[in-house]
Amino acid sequence: MSETSRFRSTEGSHGALKGAQTAWDMLSEEQMQKHITTGCEELDAILGGGIHCKEVTEVGGVPGIGKTQLGIQLTVNVQIPVECGGLGGKAVYIDTEGSFMVERAHQIAEGCISDLLDNTAHRLKDFPACPERLQPNSFLSNIFYFRICSYTEQIATINYLEKFLEEQKDVKIIVVDSITFHFRQDFDDLALRTRVLSGMSLKLMSFAKKYSLAVVLLNQVTTKFVEGSFHLTLALGDTWSHACTNRIILQSV
Amino acid sequence: MSNKLISEMGLPASIANVFAARNVLTAKDALSLPEFDLVALLGLDLDQVRSAVARISEIACPPCRTALSLLEDRARSACHLPTRLRGLDDALCGGIPFGALTELVGPSGIGKTQFCLKLALLAAMPTCYGGLNGRIIYMDTESKFNSSRLIEIGKSSFPHIFQSEGMAQEMAGRIVVLRPSSLSEFTESLQQIKLMILRHDVKLLIVDSMAAILLGDNERSTTVQKQHSWRWPLSFLKSLAEFSQIPIVVTNQVRSQNNDEVFHYSFQAQKNDTSKTSERLESHLTAALGIQWAHAVTIRLIFEAHSGQRFIKVSKSPTSPAVAFPFVVESSGISLLSHDGLEVTGAEICTIHCQDQDTTFLTRGPSHTLIFDASLQQFSWLGNIANRDVDQASRIETSPSSIFLDLLLTYHSCFKCEIDQTICIWLHKFLLLLQLLIEVGQT
Repeated sequence: MSETSRFRSTEGSHGALKGAQTAWDMLSEEQMQKHITTGCEELDAILGGGIHCKEVTEVGGVPGIGKTQLGIQLTVNVQIPVECGGLGGKAVYIDTEGSFMVERAHQIAEGCISDLLDNTAHRLKDFPACPERLQPNSFLSNIFYFRICSYTEQIATINYLEKFLEEQKDVKIIVVDSITFHFRQDFDDLALRTRVLSGMSLKLMSFAKKYSLAVVLLNQVTTKFVEGSFHLTLALGDTWSHACTNRIILQSV
Repeated sequence: MSNKLISEMGLPASIANVFAARNVLTAKDALSLPEFDLVALLGLDLDQVRSAVARISEIACPPCRTALSLLEDRARSACHLPTRLRGLDDALCGGIPFGALTELVGPSGIGKTQFCLKLALLAAMPTCYGGLNGRIIYMDTESKFNSSRLIEIGKSSFPHIFQSEGMAQEMAGRIVVLRPSSLSEFTESLQQIKLMILRHDVKLLIVDSMAAILLGDNERSTTVQKQHSWRWPLSFLKSLAEFSQIPIVVTNQVRSQNNDEVFHYSFQAQKNDTSKTSERLESHLTAALGIQWAHAVTIRLIFEAHSGQRFIKVSKSPTSPAVAFPFVVESSGISLLSHDGLEVTGAEICTIHCQDQDTTFLTRGPSHTLIFDASLQQFSWLGNIANRDVDQASRIETSPSSIFLDLLLTYHSCFKCEIDQTICIWLHKFLLLLQLLIEVGQT
């Protein structure tokens, strides 16, 4: 869908400007665009329908709040077949902390499938091929998993994704869990860290645009001393906070 | 993989030579610079640099796996160390996971060390009894490891194994205890452990406690310096777990939160939320190692006591819902009172309570804790003689602490009707002195 509209826009009067689009085209494209549901209606409503493709979304929160859960859930939800109102895409999960638990992914996939069968059973009748695809294992086989052990590997993996995405066109979401960990542990030169990180976020943003996929970055929190008291804030500093289109903070009340 | 040499990556010779000439030797060197810095440093075209970086990245990048193949791997080999506490094992999808960091947080005397001892035994047991049949490294930084308690736990939880000849010796012989006394010693032994894990059949690493070693050394340095010196052991332990695929269990102490830090766990928007403030003031305990540490552990179990009971809470876990299990410490170690976890809602899962006003911890030794329970008007003795009240315990003639208990009973009868805080404190001091005397006497 987005391909055709982009094609049309380059044909238009502003075709001379490479990559340019009118606001009207963008609006109609946006309306055509499907979003990845977070599985929570209220959150979807706040985000305007779910996690948007072509955008970078950052998710932060205190330890144990459920960032990884949301990450795993998105890798499953992105695979909801088109017939059921999903994207039917694949997912890349970049795990820097070792907290991706495949058993949990299996559970979430099972839950997602039983939800789909309950809610869209009438629609599925028209698509007999669907039930075979609606197996937890076939969901898991569409999650590409990278386990990162140092920031060098993290940079390398994100560079390599360029080639990887070229081969795997169906990838609709990249989850990085978490963007922070290795940079926070091992990187001593903070100015250089900021530049390397912004290079990385530019790259991710360009993937998001080019392949029309969603990028979700999980971030840790840190304490900041403001006006005489401690506050929580997302890690990696103020420059980084500009890198993302959306920022979600998970918090318990 | 980050230390792979660029010269071995099959780049065109002319470009590889430029990298070598500018002392950019490894993938780490090349990738930690932005592209434009590389262009300036190497004097190559942007395109050349880009294709070289792409090549380096491809080689330095870890292999891609599908989640399905991970699941198949998991099915092939054991990947959890069961705690034998059914409810907890169910919540954690089978037990303490391999290749991850598991943390136990709780006030002193709550049962963290008991849990660790039990885990060490479970890992040492032969495979036919459901153990891992491996060596265990136990880093004991607080001198709390007690081998007679270990054998006691073994004898009462697995009588059939420990009664057979030589088994107790074999089990205990597999547990290697290290007692580092400073951070530098600790890091040194971590390096050695890495080699040991490579060579031997090490199946479990326990650090009890992490907070003692990290906090103890840096009392006078600033927070920033502290965080800096923590980073190394933290990332080292994580990578050790990952590459050796063994479970690593660490314990963490608690400290009281001072008033400045009431907002510690709230975002800026919540600054004026007074109702929250008062709530937070009540639960004033927090884990001794801060938020950065908390992010790094994969599983966090909180041990706490409130409303007359002790609980294990699964505070952070990628697999478990927020649940709490009531437990008691018995002679066989920790046992759960109920295998159905109580659901915990909201921020409650992160708080640590030790407001068991009925129970006063009177004294703590490496193997035993003496508890005064005001509601039952009785002393209880945890450890070598676990969870029995004093009347019963005193009948055990062979116990090394029987003199101690006799004295205690006398005091118990003296103050039976009117035991208050001052007497408790006074008793506490007296008992500490007594314990010291006994220890001197033993040696």
